[in-house]
Amino acid sequence: MAEFKKTSGLTDAVFHYCPGCTHGIVHRLVGEVMEELGILGKAVGVAPVGCAVMAYDYFNCDMIQAPHGRAPAVATGAKRANPANIVFTYQGDGDLAAIGTAETVHAATRGENITVIFINNAIYGMTGGQMAPTTLAGQVTQTTPYGRDVTRAGFPIRMSEMLATLDGVAYAERVTVVDVPNVRKAKAAIKKAFQAQLEGKGFSIVEVLSTCPTNWGLAPVEAVKWLKENMIPHYPLGCYQDRTEKGVF
Amino acid sequence: MGQKFLMKGNEAIAEAAIRNGCMHFFGYPITPQTEVSAYMSKVMPKIGGTFLQAESEIAAINMVLGAASCGVRAMTSSSSPGISLKSEGVSYIAGSDVPCVILNVMRGGPGLGGIQPSQADYWQATKALGHGDFQLIVLAPATVQEIVDLMGTAFDLADQYRMPALILADGMLGQMMEPVEFPEKKEAPAGAKDYATTGTQGKRKPNIINSLYLQAPVLEQTIRDRFARYEQVKQNEVRVEEYACDDAEIITVAYGATARVVKGAVDMARAEGIKAGLIRPITVWPFPTETIAKAAEKARGMLVVEMSMGQMVEDVRLAVNGRCGVSFFGRTGGVVPSPAEVLAEIKKLAGGTN
Repeated sequence: MAEFKKTSGLTDAVFHYCPGCTHGIVHRLVGEVMEELGILGKAVGVAPVGCAVMAYDYFNCDMIQAPHGRAPAVATGAKRANPANIVFTYQGDGDLAAIGTAETVHAATRGENITVIFINNAIYGMTGGQMAPTTLAGQVTQTTPYGRDVTRAGFPIRMSEMLATLDGVAYAERVTVVDVPNVRKAKAAIKKAFQAQLEGKGFSIVEVLSTCPTNWGLAPVEAVKWLKENMIPHYPLGCYQDRTEKGVF
Repeated sequence: MGQKFLMKGNEAIAEAAIRNGCMHFFGYPITPQTEVSAYMSKVMPKIGGTFLQAESEIAAINMVLGAASCGVRAMTSSSSPGISLKSEGVSYIAGSDVPCVILNVMRGGPGLGGIQPSQADYWQATKALGHGDFQLIVLAPATVQEIVDLMGTAFDLADQYRMPALILADGMLGQMMEPVEFPEKKEAPAGAKDYATTGTQGKRKPNIINSLYLQAPVLEQTIRDRFARYEQVKQNEVRVEEYACDDAEIITVAYGATARVVKGAVDMARAEGIKAGLIRPITVWPFPTETIAKAAEKARGMLVVEMSMGQMVEDVRLAVNGRCGVSFFGRTGGVVPSPAEVLAEIKKLAGGTN
């Protein structure tokens, strides 16, 4: 029986994430995938602003900390400077789908050969639970205290579906990590996304539906239940684009 | 060296950057600097370099952050409103101790302003191109040739002190054509950029490019360390031209294209028997404080001329520190002062010679 041990894709730093938050699982999956693909030595990660801002302390590879939302632009510069590097961003929903929408969309439409790990937990975590672009209709947050009123605050945005329409996207899949079968699927998706970059296929993104028990005001188990019952119906799991055979160009 | 080219300032800037080992340029169109991008887009694909037209000024400066973090010489250029957009990225680059070169071909502001030459971004360039405690090395060329000569200086100083360098030009310099000679093309020096995120290759601990320090005393110390480097820059890197200053009683102070107008006025004043001189800061940060303070000891008065409502004049007054009077003449909004206007101001100071 294989020994269960920590991946060399992560450092020994202790995560600062809250109990029940799924960032830790996703970090581990990204670390395992980098280890298994043997790319830790040439990986350059880009950390966002948000809960994952200190990802630079956790991933065991070279890291750049980017301004809020600008990770895909920073990653673009890094990849263009040294195409042999494997460049990935790790971003939350506020970072990727609000303040950084332009950087996300344009890196994608350029077919920038980078990999984006997108954590969608329907809320701003780091700043204490404000409405995110992905906050569901009716969802209560600090800045939607009466529930998100779409007539005032707009509709929750589906990034994977939107990005899938762009010609530069080699791979876009939405996964979650709320149970073991889904964790396995998520890891396979993350591996496929990095593999696409290794083979020069174009822009790859994996959206991970994640929990935020602290800011949702739920216990971890309840948070998992809430995600399954509320987020998955609005954000269906699945592959939205796959051009990994031929590549985008 | 030797061969002369007749070239537009913006194109000369681009060629000079390439000759100094800049193989990665990220831009966005804006008048009056668009020819920089156009030139880069023509040349870079042929020499294996990167030209990328970004989706915004914000993206362009962040691409510079990404590329420069990986140890290459990277550059972006813009004009006033676009530079404002870059300020977030500039602050991160400074806070991450990453070298790069930024070009501002200044135009009239505020807001969308105009597209004619201006020097109204002096405060932004020298005091606050972004949030937080930091400085840029700011070089202010006066001729197309000097733009070319200072491009190598900008990249070298940025690398040496691990900080961004800004070329502060104006629409006049960007658009004018002048004969220029270029240095031989050279590779970026293969110096030890041991901070660069080039991948560990399994041979070292990860490098982290970062400006976040949540422990206040730690952040304070990183800033103090950075300011210790700024002190070295102040001591070693001041560049200034003194013209006809030896016996001058009226000292003018001007930088960039404006200094050429003022030089003409100084010559006209000399022809009329007025002992006028010109101090031209070439670095506006670090500022030539000592040169100006020394000149103030024996000058009857100083006249600062700018294409603004008066920005550098404050640095001159700080340097003069009451040793002599400092007056100001400026045109702004894209209006270029004429030598005759400046001469009239010199005469006012000289007094009784009119």
